[in-house]
Amino acid sequence: MFAQQMANGLVLGSTYALFALGFTLMFGVLKVLNLTYGFYFTAGALVALAGVRDLGLSLWLALPLGMLAAGVLAVVIDTLLLTPLRRARAPELASLMVTLGAVLLLYSLLSMALGTEIRRFPVGTVPSGAVMLGTVRLGAAQGLIIATTAVMLAGLWLLMSRTRLGLALRAVAENEDAARLMAIDVPRTVMLASLLSGVLAGAAGVLIGLNQNAIQPYMGEFMMLRGFAVIIIGGLGDVRGAVAAGLLLGVAEVMAAGYIDSMVKDGVAFTLMVLVLWLKPAGLLGRARVSRA
Amino acid sequence: MPLWLEDFLWTYQTLIHSLGINGLLALSMYVVLAVGQLSLGQAAFMGLGAYTGALLSLHTGLPFALVLAASALVPALAALLIGLPTLRLTGVYLAIATIGLGEVLRVVYVNAGITGGALGLGGIPDRTEGWIILALLAAALAGCVLIGRSRFGRAMEAMRSDQTAAAVIGINLPAYHLGALLVSAALAGLAGALSAHSSTFIGPNEYAFETAVTILSFAILGGTGSPLGPVAGALVLTALPELLRPLHDFRGVFNGLIIVLVVLFLPRGLVPWRMPRLGKTP
Repeated sequence: MFAQQMANGLVLGSTYALFALGFTLMFGVLKVLNLTYGFYFTAGALVALAGVRDLGLSLWLALPLGMLAAGVLAVVIDTLLLTPLRRARAPELASLMVTLGAVLLLYSLLSMALGTEIRRFPVGTVPSGAVMLGTVRLGAAQGLIIATTAVMLAGLWLLMSRTRLGLALRAVAENEDAARLMAIDVPRTVMLASLLSGVLAGAAGVLIGLNQNAIQPYMGEFMMLRGFAVIIIGGLGDVRGAVAAGLLLGVAEVMAAGYIDSMVKDGVAFTLMVLVLWLKPAGLLGRARVSRA
Repeated sequence: MPLWLEDFLWTYQTLIHSLGINGLLALSMYVVLAVGQLSLGQAAFMGLGAYTGALLSLHTGLPFALVLAASALVPALAALLIGLPTLRLTGVYLAIATIGLGEVLRVVYVNAGITGGALGLGGIPDRTEGWIILALLAAALAGCVLIGRSRFGRAMEAMRSDQTAAAVIGINLPAYHLGALLVSAALAGLAGALSAHSSTFIGPNEYAFETAVTILSFAILGGTGSPLGPVAGALVLTALPELLRPLHDFRGVFNGLIIVLVVLFLPRGLVPWRMPRLGKTP
């Protein structure tokens, strides 16, 4: 029982980690809390669903398609809304507010166009088999979640630590002006960061859509609350912290639902977040540099 | 009172109530923005005030004035809980924590027995009057103008344009931030209690994210150079959907679009004036 709960928690936590990774990357590089981020999650899931249901694609094509669509959307929104503000060196709160308005606009338009009913992947999109590891049962969708998360984490780590693009990303995150002086193409790096974070959000959207098999426009907004909690618990802009905090939150939620009460589950994220804010605002790993006002 | 005026007031009673309540909400947003912070918890504070007021009116015989005072106090306590740790940090932390507060409170309202669950609370006594709401709005507005013209107001303006410079000249930033957040939460709670007693029904989904964004759109549209701006923004955005019915169905799209366009193209809002200072300017 405990082992099964732990496994379920880790699966849930992987999706949180994947989602929060893009969010914290975006914040780390762009220095903007982009509230439209949850919408990329919805978009990824909806595009993959359309691919499977309307175009008859297999999941192996629909998953990358959803990720790519979310990534492109992220670049478009960043270019339309945030680049002008960045160029004008507008205050931090202006970009926060513009994305807030945009997210309300996007969700309202989407739910007007599609309605708010729940959509599902057709039966058989994911094989129905399951693997038994000792007493722990792992479904195919859950296996896919863990595998995708592992692959994307490894890919991101390689990109960040082994390539010039990754170096550019880290340099812009560290100090944008200094990076520009080092002849780093800042606008291109910013676009890359948006693309990557959109792709991560899209991947999380498709995977969660598969695992719960329930897709609706506002799913990204529910996810955002987990995303906020994870990036605060892990430390704002701290990539490793986001992964650790995502897994931790997933396990904590499943345990709370299993051993206390399922109603408690929704409060776990907020409670942990407030505790971290009080006790260790730099995040669990204490790596994020907290700028104090 | 002439008959036509009585007639008019009767017909537009609901509109007048919501104009006043939304004006108060806009002011509550202004108070936070005026110190250069962003709270996305105005809807949550409003909801706390609404539930506090409704429960007190339903289950106790407290006079209305005390009910209102309690409804302002409870959200201020919640603001203290999340304001103390976050306001020492940068603005992003307060924004995140206040969004979280709204969602967690919604979960509490839905699951707790005393708040009526997902169905909400009905049958709240109709204890408020248009003049009470408008008088409270006028008092809050006057308070904001008076504070804005005092040395506190000048400190607030200094920190809004440059936090570091303000700190260097000896302004205690965390104290101002926290004070502003507490006042703002109290105002929002007051507005919430008034709206609960005006509509006689409240539900857990009325104080969600969309309401928080709508409250922000009042302040942004009006401009935050002076307290008049947000109130003007609230009047416009409350009256427009009533006058142009088709707008009503597109409120989410409309409010979102307004925020985007105003931040990008009209950063000082519809009422761009700043408050004149007291005394002579050199």
